[in-house]
Amino acid sequence: MSTDPTPVLVLDHVSRVHGEAETEVVALSHASLTVARGELVAVMGPSGSGKSSLLNLAGGLDRATSGRVVVEGVDVTSLDAKGLAALRRRSIGFVFQDLNLIPSLTAAENIGLPLELDGWSVRRARSQALDALDRLQLRELADRFPDQMSGGQQQRVAIARALVGERTLVLADEPTGALDSHTGEGVLKLLRQRCDAGAAGLIVTHEARHAAWADRVVFLRDGVIVDETGAAPTADSLLAEAR
Amino acid sequence: MSVKQGLLALLAEEPMYGARLRSEFEARTGGTWPLNVGQVYTTLARLERDGLVEPVGGSDDEGRIAYRLTDAGRTEIDAWWLTPVDRDSTPRDELVIKLALAVTAPGVDVPRVVQTQRTATLKHLRDLTRLKSRASDEPDAHDLAWQLVLENLLFAAEAEVRWLDHVESTLSRMPAAAVRRAPTVDDVAGSPAALAKGASA
Repeated sequence: MSTDPTPVLVLDHVSRVHGEAETEVVALSHASLTVARGELVAVMGPSGSGKSSLLNLAGGLDRATSGRVVVEGVDVTSLDAKGLAALRRRSIGFVFQDLNLIPSLTAAENIGLPLELDGWSVRRARSQALDALDRLQLRELADRFPDQMSGGQQQRVAIARALVGERTLVLADEPTGALDSHTGEGVLKLLRQRCDAGAAGLIVTHEARHAAWADRVVFLRDGVIVDETGAAPTADSLLAEAR
Repeated sequence: MSVKQGLLALLAEEPMYGARLRSEFEARTGGTWPLNVGQVYTTLARLERDGLVEPVGGSDDEGRIAYRLTDAGRTEIDAWWLTPVDRDSTPRDELVIKLALAVTAPGVDVPRVVQTQRTATLKHLRDLTRLKSRASDEPDAHDLAWQLVLENLLFAAEAEVRWLDHVESTLSRMPAAAVRRAPTVDDVAGSPAALAKGASA
């Protein structure tokens, strides 16, 4: 695994405050975080600690009250709604707990959709979608509709869509929530493999077992990053220790 | 469990001499329980004294003596497989004791103690996960032993993180004054130690 030092995602003292004065609620306070190519970072913390706020801000689904969010060198905070939507389609993929795929579209059509929305021809979008499926060894699912796939297969397709075309940043919010532990582990393993192959991943989870697939774990409490596990050692040094 | 049961289990398969028992024991327990040859021979001597093993003939050219199970030894190991491991004893885990002391000791930042431990345990869990992800998809019997041991460590680390989460959420719901109140005899009456005492009385 190689980690490109150029960060795909930078959060620089990002705060998000809802309401004003007496009704003010601080969802996130001065959070700073970077995710580089090749890295998978997990965010953990109790309910209401700001995990999903952090993910939504990273993905441009919400706007920071202060601080900077930079994706692939583009300052998200400076973009208008149109620019933001274009950046999301081009650079950022989302994987949620459920409702990831559009039921009336096949796996390949679901994956190609963000490219079509970005002005690609149907044919080119399909070819990119099939490439994405190939990379994840899921080609056989191309023409299946969501209701013809298991939950684990749907989440794998969602990961393929998150990383279709030039997209390098995948943001996942409890992506294994509805899956049994074995299938959930398979989804995490796939995410890990994609990051090892050069993507950057940020995953929100409450399961230590799933966070353990990440290179680093960031802890949030009351909207503040309170701790970080630090970078992972290399696999070889681990084996040397274990043997 | 002691080395005794481990050696009996191995000798139930075929006669072996001490050095081989040692290497088999280590390989079959995923390397988590290193033995020295002295321990093996001391244990064999006790097992022979108790009539559970016996030497097979004399020593070979290299002076090694192989041992095999006696009928009594076989009865002993057969019973051991089906005897549940005793989990009733009071926990002596350092972390449990540390946190039990921390919540009653004045001036200890308990959430920080919890967070520090959780970070360390998560790192451990991550390292174990890395090792597991490198494990073979088609394990042979020895790989399988190593994987089972690894997964046990994974489950234990995961359980520890979950328990730490639980401690944190319990603390966050309690008024600060209650956390540092010294326990009374009544509080301790329902503790695992008190229950164990009652059960053995």
